[in-house]
Parts: sequence; structure tokens; C-alpha cells
Amino acid sequence: MENFTPVSALFGGLMIGASAALLLVLNGRVAGISGILGGLIPPERGKVGWRLAFLAGMLVAAPIYVIAGGTLPPVRLGASLPLLIVAGLIVGFGTRLGAGCTSGHGVCGIGRGSPRSIVATLVFMATAVATVFFSRHVIGM
Amino acid sequence: MPLILSAFASGLLFGLGLIVSQMVNPAKVLGFLDIFGQWDPSLALVMGAAVAVSALGYFVARRRGVPVLAPRLEIPTRRDLDPRLIGGAALFGIGWGLVGFCPGPALVGLTFGPWQVFVFVAAMIVGMALFRLAPADWPRVSVRREAAQVDG
Repeated sequence: MENFTPVSALFGGLMIGASAALLLVLNGRVAGISGILGGLIPPERGKVGWRLAFLAGMLVAAPIYVIAGGTLPPVRLGASLPLLIVAGLIVGFGTRLGAGCTSGHGVCGIGRGSPRSIVATLVFMATAVATVFFSRHVIGM
Repeated sequence: MPLILSAFASGLLFGLGLIVSQMVNPAKVLGFLDIFGQWDPSLALVMGAAVAVSALGYFVARRRGVPVLAPRLEIPTRRDLDPRLIGGAALFGIGWGLVGFCPGPALVGLTFGPWQVFVFVAAMIVGMALFRLAPADWPRVSVRREAAQVDG
């Protein structure tokens, strides 16, 4: 457990939760990233502005963090190019089919006590753990 | 305009949270998912804290009844479990486990990560577009057909 970073995890988690609470209390919307992005493909009339604004906020987060004097964490990707493409396709398709991802089901849905979100989160956690187990410890990727 | 500003602020806060918690780093996420290796429980703490505050937000939103800036709350109301939910979540988990990226961190990582992040995000957007081409009742149709074959 030497990689465990409890303090930054706690603070970051509180910020993510605050973001979801803010969007719900102010805009009445669920902060599900796959839903916000997927709702733009194709764009739904009258629901484009807030989605683009949310995504723009996400994209300026890193530059603002640096300007404020923060040191960005690394983004380490070990996957090969074909694997990145396959994983991206599966994540895009799967999150739309399952109507949510880590944020929409995990953070917002569980926060509401939604049975669908609780089951979805258990399922994607289980298949993700199984995938990592298989790739790292069975075929040694 | 206030709706746009609040959405922007919310997105910014979300992005900053993913950076501070280091969840933008796929290696960190895979460290959590690798419970049989050198397990890193950080993601559980991120999720726990986020769920607690998000639950508080839901409590406040429900008590108010209407959002501060919008005419009504737009919250999913379905409670049933269906093959689409389970199948979609299962697929998503496989993709997440292959690389360590889910949609939020991938988007935030676009601005400072390696070029491979663009490849992942482009593929993810194509995946979302492909979903639009799938029949609206899929995979329910195939499930029924399989059942009919077994029964018949």
C-alpha cells in the first residue's frame, strides 16, 4: 500500500462531490461525464450550452491549476495504440449503453441511492478488476 | 447565462478534483483496480468522499424542490435493472480496466497528457457515436430471440 495517497484522495474526492452537488442544486443536472459528452453526439437542441460549458471547465482545469502554482500529476499510459483504440471504443459505447460511468453512476447515482447506479457501479468495478487481473497476472501484459 | 457559468464552474471544480486526487493518472487508477497486486486504495477514498458530498447535494436539491437557476430537477427516475444497464456497465468496466481511463480523466488529461490521450478520447467519441446507430431496444431483442430458441 505504499502508493496510497489518502490526503489528496480525500480532498480531490470532496471537490468532485462538490462539483456534482453544485450542478444539481444550481442547474438541476446530474454531473455524469459520459452523459454530458454523449448528449452532444449528436447535439440535442437547447441542451448544448451547459454541456459545452461544463466540458470547457474540465479542459481549463489543468492550465488553471498550473497558473495557481500547482504541480500536475503524471498521466502514465502503458497501453499500446491498438489497445487504446479498443478500450476507447468500448468505454464510449459501454457508458452510453449503460447510461453512465464512474461519475454519473458512481458519484451521482450512488449519492442518490439509485438501485440502478449501485448495480451498475458494482458491475463495472467487477469487470474492471477482472480485466486488470487477467491482463496483469494471467497473460502478464 | 448564469446556467452556463455555473456549469462551467462545476466542470472546472470536477477537473480540479480529478487532478488533485491524481485520478487523471491511469497508472494510479489501475493500481486501485489491481487488488491482487500492489493495491492502492486511493480511488475508494476519492469515491467515498465524492459520494458523501454528492449525497448532501441531492438532499439539499430535494428539499428545495427546484434548482436555484433552472425550472426543474432533471434526475433519472428509473429503478428497474435491464440488460442494457448491466451489459453497458460490464463493457465499460472492461475498457476501463484495459487502459485505466474513464471519460472524465481522459478529457482532463487532454490538455497535459501524452498524445495517446487524444487517441483514447477520439475512439471514445466514435464509440459514443456508434451507440447512436444501435437499435433503441438492443440488446433486448437478441435476448428474446435467444430465449425463443431455447424454448422452441
